[in-house]
Amino acid sequence: MTRYVPTSIDELREAVAAALAAEEPVELVAGGTKRGLGRPLQTPHVVDLTRLSGIRDYAPNELVLTAGAATPLGAIERALAAARQMLAFEPPDWRALLGQAHGSQTLGGLIACNLSGPRRIKAGAARDHFLGFSAVSGRAEVFKAGGKVVKNVTGYDLPKLMAGSYGTLAALAEVTVKVLPRPETTATVLVSGVAPDAAVQLMAAALGSPHEVSGAAYLPPAASSPSTAPLPAATGVVALRVEGPEPSVAYRRAALLGELAAGGETAALGDADTAALWRDIANVAPLAGLAGRAVWRVSVAPSRGAEVAQMVARQVDSVWFLDWGGGLLWLAVIEPGDAGASVIRAAIGGPSGNGGHATLVRGSPALRAAVPVFEPQSGPLAALSRRVKEGFDPRHILNPGRMVDGV
Amino acid sequence: MEMPTPDAGMIARRGEVAAALRTIVSPDAVIDSEPARRAYESDGLTAYRQPPLVAVLPSTVAEVAAIMRYCRKEAIKIVPRGAGTSLSGGALPLADGVLLGMAKFTKIVEIDYANRCAVVQPGVTNLAISNAVEHAGFYYAPDPSSQIACTIGGNVAENSGGVHCLKYGLTTNNLLGVEFVTIDGEVIRIGGKHLDAEGYDLLGILTGSEGLLGVVTEVTVRILKKPPTARAVLVGFARTEDAGNCVAAIIGAGIIPGGMEMMDRPAIHASEAYAQAGYPLDVEVLLIVELDGPVAEVDHLLAIVEKLAKENRAVSLKISRSEAERLAFWAGRKAAFPAVGRISPDYYCMDGTIPRGRLGEVLREISRLSHVHGLRVANVFHAGDGNLHPLILYDANTRGEIERAETFGADILKLCVEVGGVLTGEHGVGVEKRDLMGTMFDETDLAQQERLKCAFDPDGLLNPGKVFPELHRCAELGRLHVHHGALPHPDLPRF
Repeated sequence: MTRYVPTSIDELREAVAAALAAEEPVELVAGGTKRGLGRPLQTPHVVDLTRLSGIRDYAPNELVLTAGAATPLGAIERALAAARQMLAFEPPDWRALLGQAHGSQTLGGLIACNLSGPRRIKAGAARDHFLGFSAVSGRAEVFKAGGKVVKNVTGYDLPKLMAGSYGTLAALAEVTVKVLPRPETTATVLVSGVAPDAAVQLMAAALGSPHEVSGAAYLPPAASSPSTAPLPAATGVVALRVEGPEPSVAYRRAALLGELAAGGETAALGDADTAALWRDIANVAPLAGLAGRAVWRVSVAPSRGAEVAQMVARQVDSVWFLDWGGGLLWLAVIEPGDAGASVIRAAIGGPSGNGGHATLVRGSPALRAAVPVFEPQSGPLAALSRRVKEGFDPRHILNPGRMVDGV
Repeated sequence: MEMPTPDAGMIARRGEVAAALRTIVSPDAVIDSEPARRAYESDGLTAYRQPPLVAVLPSTVAEVAAIMRYCRKEAIKIVPRGAGTSLSGGALPLADGVLLGMAKFTKIVEIDYANRCAVVQPGVTNLAISNAVEHAGFYYAPDPSSQIACTIGGNVAENSGGVHCLKYGLTTNNLLGVEFVTIDGEVIRIGGKHLDAEGYDLLGILTGSEGLLGVVTEVTVRILKKPPTARAVLVGFARTEDAGNCVAAIIGAGIIPGGMEMMDRPAIHASEAYAQAGYPLDVEVLLIVELDGPVAEVDHLLAIVEKLAKENRAVSLKISRSEAERLAFWAGRKAAFPAVGRISPDYYCMDGTIPRGRLGEVLREISRLSHVHGLRVANVFHAGDGNLHPLILYDANTRGEIERAETFGADILKLCVEVGGVLTGEHGVGVEKRDLMGTMFDETDLAQQERLKCAFDPDGLLNPGKVFPELHRCAELGRLHVHHGALPHPDLPRF
């Protein structure tokens, strides 16, 4: 086994060229914090991107930042914090969830997996903030796409395609992202004693209000205890976050408290507790500590979140909570068998996948090899995705099989 | 600007193609007579005109699929069209191609307030979506200035923006799903009412693909609750630099306004003469900053913007005191294009994006180029996101002026790329900027984009002659040059 450690995009190209010449696939790795995500890989070689690191250009007033793809997130966040800015897609940290205590996640890794946190509902996912890149394709060619400005429609939007492709199309070398001002202050409104169906309605009311709610989650009793923020014990809790300038947050917090008072007992959290609570939700803390359970991430229409959760819970032993106003269902399911795969996917709504999709985020390697980790696609869509892969990586050199067997 | 040489053999088959299409759609939905075809000869980029071989206006998804299958089988090119408002020639017909008009797909299929989305057919206009949900206090955020006429299908194809996109995003950030028909006539759905379609982000790729990958037959968009209030402030500056610094200071203060627009002196004068918006005429640059949200937030931020404007040497400042006054502030800006159309027989609208910090330098260079080419220019600018719209004034009836306008425009776009920007911020490449793609991308970059096209449309039948300066065969693009045997670079660090 060879471990390539390129220090430049040219060396990265040479590494991929060597693998291509030998027709021996490589696994792309940087921080290694998401190695347990996706189908398990067994490649003869590894390309370690760690040294493609460092902020290349950051102009706070232009709202863009360019960095080596393997730049640790911590370094990015420190630079942004100094200018009171942030990555608005709220990158989650799944190290505890995935049992990867070591290593630091990288900007490129977050983008390659298109991760996002609770603010997804208002600000978008990593894909929505990914402006441009340079990379090496599976053809061992250096190419670039997108740009280094916030508004651009020149050519196909390849950054969108790279986001969420899990390194199966190209190895990112340098990335440019949109950055945004950090909110001056934040608050959370809690409504407790709420049953699942009522919770979904409450969240819909809040998200359908003009109060610019930037986080809407529901923690049923079984999922609320591991949070570090002070939550009412043993009762279903709806949490709603507002962010912005001080007078605006004060107004919206009061307005939500008033409008939702009929839904249950209300309370509010200040800045520090708000930060802790939403960090826990982003990082899936309520489920991370449940040893021996597989964890699923299910995206559905927000109005169906509680319904799908309860449908699954009736059939398999599961602990769950909702984010994204009900549109994101996190489920921890006991692992034996298919860890609920067929029950969950049937609940989402048929083989077309249009009711939503389920991703097996945590599971043993054996489970991830046996069960489709990503939502299986139908005939023409699967064939199209395969042709897209071939256009970038015709010999299946880059992370082959990470998303789908044979792709 | 050259289009691919039309196939005389295909043109000779016009009658046969029309007859075949009449077996798929109702006979009156096939337009093949000479005067009727002329109605489709151009889009919003009127400098280029070409009637199509045949125009066809299907009414159902099944008809679209059958048309695609027929054209694929007969190797007939297809140009998709929404309302035909493209400013880059994206819907310019081909003499040997079928124009596929989606104008009959005008149904709003479903409005789902619980999930804050609307499912609509592609021929629904952008504004019609907002109008349909207005009574419930909702709207669809992207608002290109052609929003009365342009369709959501065209917005998806072009990834359209608008004055609010700095805060609320482009089309791509406001879509949840699409249904589209492939060149093989297959109907594929991506996404739905949930976030982040599974697998490769083909929704992201289709958005802004300018009709080269498939024909969209249904769109699911996010709708947002209207902010409780919006107020605008009109700030005049004696120097471009001051205005640029003021914009940077607003962003630097952590404020992302709902809209932030800039106009230069020629644009101010043309707009004021046309719309009587009450703009000051003694300033070099006018900045419109709109803040939206709860009253408490808007008042708070207005005070900050006012302070920053003064610190950056604003020479005039006016805050809207009523909704009517706010709309009046915008009336001038929104009328900038027709206003310029009144002071010049023709104008040519450019669409580059630049890093905002380079604005002063870029405007100076545009002014110099204006003298070099002997043509006047007025500049309007989406100041928040750096998207510059220079309007080049010319007269198509004066020999050589249109060519000079094109050369001037190309020089401006090259300048945008040189300073670190891009060729197009929101209007698309189309035919207009096709031949400039090489200034931003090298051959490898373009070949990789074309390989994506091959995955969708291996015979290159969808909208050929747009976006890419050269047409390559997919077989040629797919060829791999692999050197078997020894590793080519033995000096590489290996551990």
